Amino acid sequence: MDSPIKMSTINLDFYYGKFQALQHISLDFARNQVTALIGPSGCGKSTFLRCLNRMNDLILIGRVEGKILLDNEDIYASNVDVVSLRSRIGMVFQKPNPFPKTIFENAAYGLRIKGIKNKNTLSEHVENSLKQSALWNEVKDRLNESALGLSGGQQQRLCIARALAVEPEVLLMDEPCSALDPIATQKIEELIQELKANYTIITVTHNMQQAARISDTTAFFYMGKLIETGNTDIIFTRPRYKETEDYITGRFG
Amino acid sequence: MTLKIQIKERRVNYFFFSVATISIASLFMIMMFLFIEGLPIFTKVSVKDFVFGKLWYPTSEPPDFGIFPLIIGSLGVTIFSALMSIPLGVMTAIYLAEIARPGIREVVKPLVELLASLPSVVIGFFGMVVVAPFLQEVFDIPTGLNLCNASLMLAFMSVPTICSISEDAIFSVQKNLKEASLALGATQWETIIRVILPASISGIAAAIILGMSRAIGETMVVLMVAGGAAMIPGSIFDPVRPLPANIAAEMAEAPFGGDHYHALFATGIILFLLTISFNLIADHISHKYRQSGEASL
Amino acid sequence: MKAKIQHKNLRKIIQQAMFFIFRMAAAINGICLLLITTFIVSNGWHAINWTFLTQPPMDSMTKGGILPCIVGTFCLGLGAIAFSLPIGVSSAIYLNEYAATGKVLRMIRFGINNLAGIPSVVFGLFGLAFFVIWMKIGVSLLAGILTLGIMTLPVIIGTTEEALKAVPNSYREASFGLGATKSQTIFRVVLPAALPGILTGGILGISRAAGETAPIMFTAAVFFTPDLPSSIFDEIMALPYHIYVLATAGTEIEATRHLQYGTALVLITLVLGMNLISIIYRSWLRRKMI
Repeated sequence: MDSPIKMSTINLDFYYGKFQALQHISLDFARNQVTALIGPSGCGKSTFLRCLNRMNDLILIGRVEGKILLDNEDIYASNVDVVSLRSRIGMVFQKPNPFPKTIFENAAYGLRIKGIKNKNTLSEHVENSLKQSALWNEVKDRLNESALGLSGGQQQRLCIARALAVEPEVLLMDEPCSALDPIATQKIEELIQELKANYTIITVTHNMQQAARISDTTAFFYMGKLIETGNTDIIFTRPRYKETEDYITGRFG
Repeated sequence: MTLKIQIKERRVNYFFFSVATISIASLFMIMMFLFIEGLPIFTKVSVKDFVFGKLWYPTSEPPDFGIFPLIIGSLGVTIFSALMSIPLGVMTAIYLAEIARPGIREVVKPLVELLASLPSVVIGFFGMVVVAPFLQEVFDIPTGLNLCNASLMLAFMSVPTICSISEDAIFSVQKNLKEASLALGATQWETIIRVILPASISGIAAAIILGMSRAIGETMVVLMVAGGAAMIPGSIFDPVRPLPANIAAEMAEAPFGGDHYHALFATGIILFLLTISFNLIADHISHKYRQSGEASL
Repeated sequence: MKAKIQHKNLRKIIQQAMFFIFRMAAAINGICLLLITTFIVSNGWHAINWTFLTQPPMDSMTKGGILPCIVGTFCLGLGAIAFSLPIGVSSAIYLNEYAATGKVLRMIRFGINNLAGIPSVVFGLFGLAFFVIWMKIGVSLLAGILTLGIMTLPVIIGTTEEALKAVPNSYREASFGLGATKSQTIFRVVLPAALPGILTGGILGISRAAGETAPIMFTAAVFFTPDLPSSIFDEIMALPYHIYVLATAGTEIEATRHLQYGTALVLITLVLGMNLISIIYRSWLRRKMI
C-alpha cells in the first residue's frame, strides 16, 4: 500500500547568494490532497514551490540545503535526472504561458519531447488531458488554431492540460488564478477539486477565500519560515499563532 | 506655469524635433543626389539594357554600360557568404543567449563586437595576403582573388550583425515560455529548438536579411579580394566585380559629368535600391510577426 | 522500460552533441579575430619605429613613415564626431523624451534605420556629388568629415537612446515633482545621468569613422600629400586609404609589404583600442549601477 505521504521536505533552506530565503522548512504533502501555501508577498512560498521541481536550479546564485523527498527518494540526489523529475512533477504558472503554437501542439508538447510520434496516441492523450482540464468542449473544433487566440481563462486551462498530458504525479500551481477574472477563476477551482482524485496538488495562493475553498491542508509562510500548517478548516477557524490569525483576518501590514 | 516658460519649453521642443529630422532629410538628400547624377545615363541606354546588358566597357568607343555581370557578382558573393555566415551567426547567438554561462558570455560577446569593429580594409588586406595565396595553392587555381575568397571575407563581416540582432531576438523570448517547457520535462536543447527558436524566428530572419544587406553593400573587401573581372562567373573560383567594387574602382577615373560618371551613380542607385529593399523586408518581418506578448483576458 | 531509458539517454547525448557544435561555432568567431590580429601584429611590429610614426612617406611611398595618415585619420574621426555628436544626441533626446508615438516618430525612425543600412560607398557617392561638387567644397578634410558625420549619425543616436532609456523614470518624476520644467529635467537630471553612456557611443563613433575607407575615397583622401593639413579645406591622407593604395596600386606592392603591415597595425590598434575602452567602460558602468 502506498504511504499517505507523497512528497515531503526536511529542513529545507534556500539561499539567493547570501540571502537566506527559506529557513528549515519541513512539510509533508498528502497523496491526492490539495495543499495550499499562503502568506504575504515575499514570504518565500513561491520560492519554496519552485524548489519542489528544481525550477530554482535555473537561478545561478541559488543554493539548496536539506532534503526534498518524492516517494521517499531525495530529488536533489546526484543520480536524479532533473529532466525526468520535471515530467513527474508538473507545474502551472502564475500567468498563462501557452507556446505560440496551435492548441493541439501545446497539449502535445510534453509527449512529443518524450519521443511519442504516433498520431493516434497523441490525439488520444491530448483529448484526455483537454477533457480533464474541462476545456475540450470549448476547443474541440479548433485544435489547429493558435493558442494565443484563447481567452486568459482558457489559456490557463490549456496550460493545465499541457501539464496533465505528461501524466505527472504531482501538480504544482503558482497562483494559477491571479491573472484571471472571477468566472475563469471559479472554473479553475472546480477543476482543481476534480483533479485531486488523480494527482497530488500543491498550490500557492494569495487569496484566503480560495485557499479555504479548495485546499485540504494549508501551510502559512512568513518571512522565509513555515509558521503553521494543518487541516485547512482548523487553520482558518482556530489558528495557533498570532501571525497566522493576523494574516487570515487581514490585519497584516 | 507662466506663459513665458511655456513658450520657452515649446521652443526647446521644436529645436529637438528639427534636429531629429536631419536624419530623414539626409536620407532624402542621398536619394535625390543619386538620382540627379545617375538618371542622365538613361538617356543613352535604356534601363533594361543597363540592368541586363552583359558587357561593361565604359571607356571604349562606343562604350557599353551593362551591369548584369556586376549584379550577378554582388548576388554571388552575398549568397555564398550567407551560406557561411547564417549558420555561424545564428549558432553563436544561440550559444550566447542560452548556453554560455554568464562569465563566458561576458568574454565572448565583446569578442564578437570587436570582430564587427575590424576595419573592412584590414579584412580585405588579410584576404589579399593570406587567404588568396592559400586558396591558390590548395586548389591550384590561377588566382586566389575570386568569388570564394570574397565570400569568405564577407562572411566575417556579416556574422557579427547576424549574431547580435539574433541574440536580441532570442534573449527577448519571454522567460515564462522557457520555464513552461522545462517544467514539462524538456531538456534545455529541446526547449531551445522547439520553443525558443520558433518564438524568435522573425527576429532571426530579420537579422539574416540585415546581415546579407551588409554583405551586399560592403565595398573594400570586394574591391580588394573579388578579383575585379566584370564577367558572369562560371565557378566559385572565378573572379567577379560586385557593384560596390565597381563604383569604388572607377570613380576616380570617371570625368565629372560624363557618361561614365553618370553610369557609376546609376550603379549606386541599383545598389541603394537593393539594400533599401533588404532593410524594408527585414523591418516588415520583425514588425509583422512580432509575438503579441502576454495573453489578455 | 529499457526503451524508455535509452530514449532518455539519447536525448541527453543529442543535447551534449549539439551544445558542443554551438560552442565550436562561437569559438570560430574568437579564432578569426585572434588570427587576423596576431597576423597583423606579428608582421607589423617590425615596421613600427620612431621614424615610421613621425615622418611622411618618402621615395614614392616605398620608405619613410605614415605621419600624415595618422594625423589625417585623427582629424577625420574627431571632426566627424564633432559634427554628429550634437545632432545625434539631440535627435535621441527628441525620440526618447519628447516624441509621442505616431506617424512622425515612425517616419524619423524609418529614416534612421535606413540611413544605417546604406552601403558606405553610396555615402561616398553622395559626399562627392553634394559636398565636393554641388557645395563646391572640393576634395577636402571638411567634405570627408561631413560625409563620415552623416554616416555615424545612426550609431550615435542608437547608443544615446540606449543611455537615455537606462536613466530610471523615478529621476524624471522626482525632478518634475520639484517643479522643474521638461527642459530643466532633461538638461539637469537626465543628460548628466546618461553622459557616460553617451560618451561610450561617441568613442564607438570615432572608431567607426576612423576605420572607414569607401566614404573618403572620393571626398577627402588622396594618394599622397607630403604636408600635414593646415585647414579643413586641405586634402588629406588617411590610414585605411593608405593601406588600400599601398596594397593594390603602389609602385612596388611586394617591396612595401612591411609598410602595409605597419599601417594596418597602427589602424587596428587605434580602432580596436577605442572599442575595447568603450566595452570595458560600459561593463564597468553596468556593474556600478547594479
